[in-house]
Amino acid sequence: MPRAESWLKLAAGAIFAFLYLPLAVVVLFSFNDSRLNAEWVGFTLDWYRVLFADTEMLNAALNSLLIAVISSAGATTLGTLAGLALHRYRLRVLPALVLAPIAIPEVLMGVSLLIFFIMLNMTLGTLSIILSHITFCIGFVAIVVQSRLAGMDESLGEAARDLGATPFQAFRLITLPLILPGILAGALLAFTLSIDDFVITFFTAGVGSSTLPLQIYSMIKIAVTPEVNAVSTLLMCLTLVLILGVSRLSPGALRGAETLKGDETP
Amino acid sequence: MTRDSRLGRWITSLPPLVYLLVFFAAPAAIMLFASFRHPGDYGGLAPWFSRGPEGLQLDLTLDNYRRLVESPVYLRLFAKSLGYAVLSTGICLLLAYPLALVIARSAKKWRDLLVLLVILPFWSNFLVRIYAWMILLSPGGALTAALNWLRALVGLEPTSLLFTPTAVVICLVYVHLPFMVLPLYANLEKHDLALLDAAQDLGASRWQRFLKVTLPLSMPGIYAGSTLVFIPVLGMFAVPDLIGGTRGIMIGNLIKQQFLESRDWPFGSVLSMVLTVGAILLALGAALLARRGGGARAQS
Repeated sequence: MPRAESWLKLAAGAIFAFLYLPLAVVVLFSFNDSRLNAEWVGFTLDWYRVLFADTEMLNAALNSLLIAVISSAGATTLGTLAGLALHRYRLRVLPALVLAPIAIPEVLMGVSLLIFFIMLNMTLGTLSIILSHITFCIGFVAIVVQSRLAGMDESLGEAARDLGATPFQAFRLITLPLILPGILAGALLAFTLSIDDFVITFFTAGVGSSTLPLQIYSMIKIAVTPEVNAVSTLLMCLTLVLILGVSRLSPGALRGAETLKGDETP
Repeated sequence: MTRDSRLGRWITSLPPLVYLLVFFAAPAAIMLFASFRHPGDYGGLAPWFSRGPEGLQLDLTLDNYRRLVESPVYLRLFAKSLGYAVLSTGICLLLAYPLALVIARSAKKWRDLLVLLVILPFWSNFLVRIYAWMILLSPGGALTAALNWLRALVGLEPTSLLFTPTAVVICLVYVHLPFMVLPLYANLEKHDLALLDAAQDLGASRWQRFLKVTLPLSMPGIYAGSTLVFIPVLGMFAVPDLIGGTRGIMIGNLIKQQFLESRDWPFGSVLSMVLTVGAILLALGAALLARRGGGARAQS
């Protein structure tokens, strides 16, 4: 079997460095005792202290959390139904509708939802953000659930039906427990996507509501300070935990979602 | 049984269908419609109906599309965005190929871990990844210092990278690299390595083996990865907004400006429609090319 040559491995190592060094710099400077992200001065936890005293940031974080919990619950319910429907039935409209929000550039979904909410005379805020987040998360949940169903033994559900279970009983007692890891992975994925989303939130938030990414955006738009490093570091840790959870629950789900995040024709 | 299955079909598909029709299809339809409307006096859209000589009438216009086609400024911005997208996709391909190849040829037990390592940075917040580059590219940052040291060696003035088109391209590449690595890896992993052995036995050099065997076989992966990078880059607004400065803006920034600042919805909708249709056509084109490439693979 032909192995990769050493210069190729060296190139791969350099590209891994390219991927990780910038993030390492962010983490490193969050502990740096200087207002500038330029030179290492000494270790400090001051920026975390500043961060936890920043009420605006904390409110935004709580709001993000609330939005992520509600939208991931909504998207998981609708996405699981969609995943079941896509797996079991030959449908025409739903597959396109499930994939399209994932496939088009985010800006477009953001602005179309913006004019939609304004035309409905809806005040932009937490509710419009939640409704938008559910919209773009449904597809990801549906795909994860569908892939779980695809790897499942269909004959179990049929056996339950043969033994006299109603369709609902067969679903509740057989199918649901079997696809539960897929549903949980989908829920975590939706939670992560919601809490991390910037572009669609940016257009649908209005002035009434802020989320963590929006808060970070307005901070880095004005000035680059180590407080942003601190919040970024914490956010990275949170995402890391969630993502490891998803990959534990449903191996392969991430890669599928990742590939679909940009386009429907992988 | 058939009645059960029809019921199940409705129970499972109706709720997501209705939700997506309301919150995805309807907004998209409104935007399409808005692109043929007149702008309102105070931003937004003009009233849907106007009172003409024959009573109420719905007036649609092509003015907004005409404005786009006739203005060199906007067309140049589209061209520039396309240029950024081509450049970032090309650089992503150059970086992703060796990485994907190394992962695909490494021992099986390492592959999943290496793939996870490619994905992980991608899952850190998008803004955090841009912010990281704001630090590195800022005047006091490591990268700028290194560049200026090199420039000083050849007697050039020090320069700053932040808020330049270069910064935009670097960041676009960084943000989208995993999109290219994963489809390439998925393709390269499936190659039958006996083909390379055969080529070697027939006297092909390393380069020949790569150019005549590996590269043609990986074309579907290249098309897929390129689509995944190209389309989101084309619609990007956050990267140029934060690190592009005035010279680095892209079409996404113009769209944002139309909706949030000038409040010219019809023109903003035109820009969005052109971008959407362009993205769909590109995706379909790439899918077609990839399928053809797949056909070639089946023959070989």
